[in-house]
Amino acid sequence: MRAAVLGVGQTRHRSKRTDVSIAGLCREAADRALADAGLTFADIDAVVVGKAPDLFEGVMMPELYLADALGAVGKPLLRVHTAGSVGGATGIVTANLVQAGVHRRVLAVAFEKQSESNAMWALSIAPPFSIQVVAGAGGYFAPHIRAYIRRSGAPSHIGAMVAVKDRRNGARNPYAHLQQPDVTLESVQASAMLWDPVRYDETCPSSDGACAVIIGDEQAALASPGPVAWIRATAMRTEPTMFSGKDPVNPAAGVAAAADLWRKAGISSPIDEIDVAEIYVPFSWYEPMWLENLGFAAPGEGWRLTEAGETEIGGRLPVNPSGGVLSSNPIGASGLLRFAESALQVMGKAGAHQVPGARTALGHAYGGGSQYFSMWVVSSTPD
Amino acid sequence: MNAVAVVGFAQSPVRVREDATTGGVEMLVPIFADVFRATGLTKADIGFWCSGSSDYLAGRAFSFVQAVDAIGAVPPIMESHVEMDGAWALYEAWVKIACGEAEVALAYGFGKSSGAELRRVLALQLDPYLVAPLWPDSVSVAALQARLGIEAGLWTEKDLAEVAARSRAAAAANPAAQVSGDVSIEDLLSRPYVADPLRAHDCAPVGDGAAVVILASGQRARELCDRPAWISWFGHRIESGSLGARDLLALPPLGPAGEPAVDVAELHAPFTHQELLLRRALGLGGTVEVNPSGGALCGNPMFAAGLARIGCAAEAIMSGRASRSLGHATSGPVLQQNLVCVMEDR
Repeated sequence: MRAAVLGVGQTRHRSKRTDVSIAGLCREAADRALADAGLTFADIDAVVVGKAPDLFEGVMMPELYLADALGAVGKPLLRVHTAGSVGGATGIVTANLVQAGVHRRVLAVAFEKQSESNAMWALSIAPPFSIQVVAGAGGYFAPHIRAYIRRSGAPSHIGAMVAVKDRRNGARNPYAHLQQPDVTLESVQASAMLWDPVRYDETCPSSDGACAVIIGDEQAALASPGPVAWIRATAMRTEPTMFSGKDPVNPAAGVAAAADLWRKAGISSPIDEIDVAEIYVPFSWYEPMWLENLGFAAPGEGWRLTEAGETEIGGRLPVNPSGGVLSSNPIGASGLLRFAESALQVMGKAGAHQVPGARTALGHAYGGGSQYFSMWVVSSTPD
Repeated sequence: MNAVAVVGFAQSPVRVREDATTGGVEMLVPIFADVFRATGLTKADIGFWCSGSSDYLAGRAFSFVQAVDAIGAVPPIMESHVEMDGAWALYEAWVKIACGEAEVALAYGFGKSSGAELRRVLALQLDPYLVAPLWPDSVSVAALQARLGIEAGLWTEKDLAEVAARSRAAAAANPAAQVSGDVSIEDLLSRPYVADPLRAHDCAPVGDGAAVVILASGQRARELCDRPAWISWFGHRIESGSLGARDLLALPPLGPAGEPAVDVAELHAPFTHQELLLRRALGLGGTVEVNPSGGALCGNPMFAAGLARIGCAAEAIMSGRASRSLGHATSGPVLQQNLVCVMEDR
């Protein structure tokens, strides 16, 4: 059964949204999505909540307390958690509920309110019988980035180029956490080195924020007052954190998910058939890495697209016109934001960061130790 | 929608396990082997995997990531996770098959409840600003519900003890049960309160465990199982998260309306009085055999016990003991969230 995005909403992402509770934050996004779709809570059959580890706020299973604020009382509520990819997985679970014919209209809400607790601490707890990383995400991923640079021979300024593009794009997006219209290659390269080769300006911020998406069936889509984004295909794959033969630079799970996605969507040449991509890039270098992992470029060649300016708005494949994760990172919501922004592009509602004429878009998320991947393709027309 | 059936179930014995990590691997590996042996499937046959667990129970972030090591997910698998009881993972797996994304799916749940003081951990499920800081623990909150029922004339302490005694006697035949055996009502009622009016026998024991259920669609289900437990109805709903905003004794009707009665019902009632509430909400008559496994009162591995209820209910059909059965799962304080899966022989 066909399914489409009927409406999208998000909060103004900030480092500390002390003006709202967790419920208030989620409600802000949900209310905007309902308004965008021309619907009320009474039209919603079920709610799917996604967020990253509960330790990030210090609340066990917060969806239980959020049932009232999200209009879920008396309805089915599912809580998804698949690490950093959770926002994407939340979108896919929501789409599946409609595609299976279980529900007509389902509300997906994903959030993180990082200011309630300390994500760095939550990521650094010593689990028994496991390696304690004590480095946060940047320390974990930096060696993979260095391996990519060595393997591909990419020049050292590629990461800074991505950061400049995404931060400038973010300045076109009123919801983006970081508003840095004047950032330059020189200013990024002058920022402090955090985890070699990742500098301060090449890393995602810590954000409070939420995103909501309403997905409906064909009948609901045709009855929608505004444009909708048809879901052409979804895919998700998982592999272990570590195993003999794991390639953290070009993970097999990402390759498999992308292959499944393109096949289901009937896409044979992603670089030619996708008009815009919202890709989960928490550290600048992940743009070229994921361009290769997704099949937009051959292994070792992704950085050439970035260097040639092809990933800017107006380029061959605009990547993260919203500013991406580098401009806003409410972790649990970041994946759903990628999915929502891809929908906004094909609905033609992305405002100042709209890619002109975008008809087919990719939304992408990853999580864990580059081991969870979820992605979808949306289009302005059903087929 | 594709027809979907339960074709396999396994659970670990519910015990306090000093030797198991909170990531679930030690409890999951043996039961994956059990369910694969019974169905003849291998991991390569599973089109979708979904798990249910809790980071707070595990005392760490991303505990479900470690659990994936029990699968051996090389090459990569299609997999997802809910921060809920494994019964909701089964629901997600059912949806995945129903929409044609998979033909065979495996859902599992795991929990090591003994790693900390469970009743205090569960207090953190309450409103984080106004209620949780007061640390109302899960047993005390359930005791408020039990007290309301006594005052409303719905049950007596003796009625509750009878639920416990019947459950423990039934559990004698269940090797996975943590507590079982014959007990006298008089003896139970002579014991001290844990949280007035609840005594130890009114509360599920704290234990560690895991459960796994395999689903398959259409013809594939018939190939894998002589008597698949076909899912005829699968639904769930959540109530208000504000304890003062809902009538704790007024559960809405939970099951399907107007369907024929079931032979067996496995109810996820972690407290004796909750079985009585659930019987009413599900409209279960006197002829229905309730919790022949002993139910959660005899073994309640958090995040696996609800899935195990559905597995036990499915097994009643697969073994030929029943032709229609019902599995129920709950989550959140005092039955805030309820899921029902009705299955039948076809």
